[in-house]
Amino acid sequence: MADSADQSGHPPSPSGSVDRREFLNDILGVCCAGAPLLLGIVRLPAQGTSRAYDPSEHLYGMGLDPQKCIGCARCVVACKAENDVPQEPHYFNTWIERYIIREDGEVEVDSPNGGIDGFGRIENPAQVRRTFFVPKLCNHCDSPPCVQVCPVGATFITEDGVILVDEEYCIGCRYCIQACPYGARYMHPERHVAGKCTFCYHRVVKGKVPACVEVCPTGARIFGELTNRATPLARFRRFNDLQVLKPHLNTRPKMYYANLDAEVS
Amino acid sequence: MPHQVPRLLAVFAVAVIGLVVARGLLVPETFGDRGHYRAAAVDSISAREQRYAGHHECALCHSDVAETRLDGNHRNVSCEVCHEPAARHVAAPMDVKPVVAQNRGLCVLCHAYNPSRPTGFPQIDSVMHNPRVPCMRCHQPHAPETPVPPTSCSACHGQIASQLTVSHHAALPCSTCHEAPDEHRMNPRAVRPTKPTARAFCGTCHAGGLAGIPQIDLRNHGEPYVCWQCHYPHYPEAR
Amino acid sequence: MQGYIYPNEFELQWGLLVVLYPYLTGLVAGAFILASLERVFNVKEVEPTYRLSMLTALAFLLVAPLPLLAHLGHPERSYEIFLTPNRQSAMAMFGFVYAWYLAVVLLLEIWFDYRKDLVLWARQERGFMRWLHYALTLGATDLSERSLKFDDSAGRWITVIGIPSAFLLHGYVGFIFGSIKANPWWSSVLMPVVFLFSAMVSGIALVLVLYMITTMFRWRKIDMRCLDKLAQFLFYALIVDFSLEMLDFIHRLYEAEESIEILSQMIENRLFLSLIVLQILLGTVIPLITLALVSPGLRKQGFLRLPPELRQLVYLVAAVLIQIGIFSIRWNVVIGGQLFSKSLKGLTVYKVDVFGLEGLMMTIGLLMLPFVILWALVKVLPPWGETESVREQEA
Repeated sequence: MADSADQSGHPPSPSGSVDRREFLNDILGVCCAGAPLLLGIVRLPAQGTSRAYDPSEHLYGMGLDPQKCIGCARCVVACKAENDVPQEPHYFNTWIERYIIREDGEVEVDSPNGGIDGFGRIENPAQVRRTFFVPKLCNHCDSPPCVQVCPVGATFITEDGVILVDEEYCIGCRYCIQACPYGARYMHPERHVAGKCTFCYHRVVKGKVPACVEVCPTGARIFGELTNRATPLARFRRFNDLQVLKPHLNTRPKMYYANLDAEVS
Repeated sequence: MPHQVPRLLAVFAVAVIGLVVARGLLVPETFGDRGHYRAAAVDSISAREQRYAGHHECALCHSDVAETRLDGNHRNVSCEVCHEPAARHVAAPMDVKPVVAQNRGLCVLCHAYNPSRPTGFPQIDSVMHNPRVPCMRCHQPHAPETPVPPTSCSACHGQIASQLTVSHHAALPCSTCHEAPDEHRMNPRAVRPTKPTARAFCGTCHAGGLAGIPQIDLRNHGEPYVCWQCHYPHYPEAR
Repeated sequence: MQGYIYPNEFELQWGLLVVLYPYLTGLVAGAFILASLERVFNVKEVEPTYRLSMLTALAFLLVAPLPLLAHLGHPERSYEIFLTPNRQSAMAMFGFVYAWYLAVVLLLEIWFDYRKDLVLWARQERGFMRWLHYALTLGATDLSERSLKFDDSAGRWITVIGIPSAFLLHGYVGFIFGSIKANPWWSSVLMPVVFLFSAMVSGIALVLVLYMITTMFRWRKIDMRCLDKLAQFLFYALIVDFSLEMLDFIHRLYEAEESIEILSQMIENRLFLSLIVLQILLGTVIPLITLALVSPGLRKQGFLRLPPELRQLVYLVAAVLIQIGIFSIRWNVVIGGQLFSKSLKGLTVYKVDVFGLEGLMMTIGLLMLPFVILWALVKVLPPWGETESVREQEA
């Protein structure tokens, strides 16, 4: 067979079989390509965790920027869809408030169905000094009054800083709902246990972000770690003046607001 | 010992033993493992079903759309904002299809004019802006651009415009004080209009001796502050 | 609804049943402290009411957990409070305070006080009552001098422990509210103290009414020395209670903290009837004035020397008004604390159901139940009759 030399420049083999050198070259090529994979230097982008999740390595928080919030309430809708929150108008894990500060100092606040129903027209728009939206949710406080008062240990704070409710254990006494200064909790109408924002814990432990963060179109919500240097919250915490809600109550919330007006309570 | 005591002690002993036995039988197994709560609750909460897949998942199959989106104005708008929760679609792509929103109702949730939105956020008057035409006809949702640049500043700066029109500066076009390059209409965050920097600017009308315009002594009036510290230029009324 | 309330606050969390609960435990504490006046402080005049007070306290204490159970989302899990109590939670610790008070203070004291009579009755009766009385003695049938002395001193010691326990029982309920820093209407150092003194007022008033009614039903003559003494203590307790409430009121107005605006609006718009009219005017001021004039509180024979029948009527009316006033206090605290938003920017409304687990009918039923239990207790453990004369012989 009058083969032309192959690209490597070697003369064709005398017999019709595969050239041994070629073959060894091929094997070597495969091994070189596959070695990083086998040695674990390069990981395939698998979504399931290859190591077990260790809560003590994380501490979660969120940054909120009312100056970016456009009040579209996609977060409120997404949260209800992700967490099976009742659709009726007074059960919310998260909601949007609109503040209207008039020239004479009067403050009007509203939250029609948490923001899902849109916000109505503003009367006398020329008499408005400032108006803005503020997203609210459970603050996942580090010194939570709700956990302190639960008589049976049904609500607790995890090692990674998320406050959860054990729905199998809650007796429905409503003490935690009374103790929360932020109105973040409610009584589930069918399950008769306390309900609240879980920080989408079931997503967070699998490396995803909470549903409200996922759908916010303007980046008004930033989810991240409080104890790592490289986290989406890093720049937020470095360059913004941060406030928390009701600091005088010393609940040590982990939802940090940037540019928060004094009228927001 | 008076013989009331052993009898009473017996009753109390029964109660205490009852409590101890009940404790052993009824307290859940994992209670107290990680804190004063049932540790198994964390596991069952962690195992809840996810409804939103997250845009990283979408990009695994729909990489072309993902690329387009990341270059455009909707780079921060996650897929599932418009296409609804899609975790079930990711699990069974052929059997469960996500929503493809085509009506005007969805886009106006963000883009209808609302004065409480941050200034400069692209907003339209949903009644006046091409009524009844689906938004997708002119704006590609994965990389939306304005096909025709807005003709007036009030298209995005509606709140400012609404105050201006009832103020003493109503007759002044925005270009009186702000120089806005054409590029600003298409790329508002990258190219900004100018703003006056000195008191003398306002003085051209208000200290220049023009009839019918309130005049002030530029040297002394409100010195050393700039004019717009006290007078909001878009509604400069003194009271 | 007016102003702005947080979206989750639309529905009130604690309703009529939780108003009822501190009212009931208040009566328990008050009745017990009245009984202890006789035992520990040797106020002989109120002796005829001693056993009645104890049985009243027991009847109300047995009913007290029922409104709580009815109000829980999962009453079938309520045992968890005893098995895994959160030591930081006032509510959890209260479960043990309740159990302590019921078992160690109230039941024990009643047992020690009645033991001798139980043995005597068991010996004389036949049939079911004999069996019941014998069982209640727990087999301790020795009536020797030493045993009876032990009964007496044990009872005294238990009362000594019992007085702070009664303070703890109801003061704790005040603490459950007073320790909630999230709620400016509740969060106050004075809350446990106000609760306690209003409890004493209501307890004494209740025993006064019950003593009058039971004595009349038994066609006996009312001991006016006893009644006057009860009225006198009622008057003193009422003065302290009123002073504390006025102190709270003045203090709030003076400090004018952030919440003063919304709280003033709430009192004006939502609580005018229950607070100004029922609690202050009818429930405190009018009884104070009438008792000041009629009872021996300030002057030995009272300022107006009324004949006994008229005095009895005045005391009865005052005591009933006081009950309404104290119930209003509980309403104003519990419901009032939830009528304004924690945003401090709005008010909501409370709609009382008529039927249903948290409704008006249930509340009325639970209010009547202690009297039914008291009736049964009085049948099993008669607090009067020959035992009175027996005790007098010993005294």
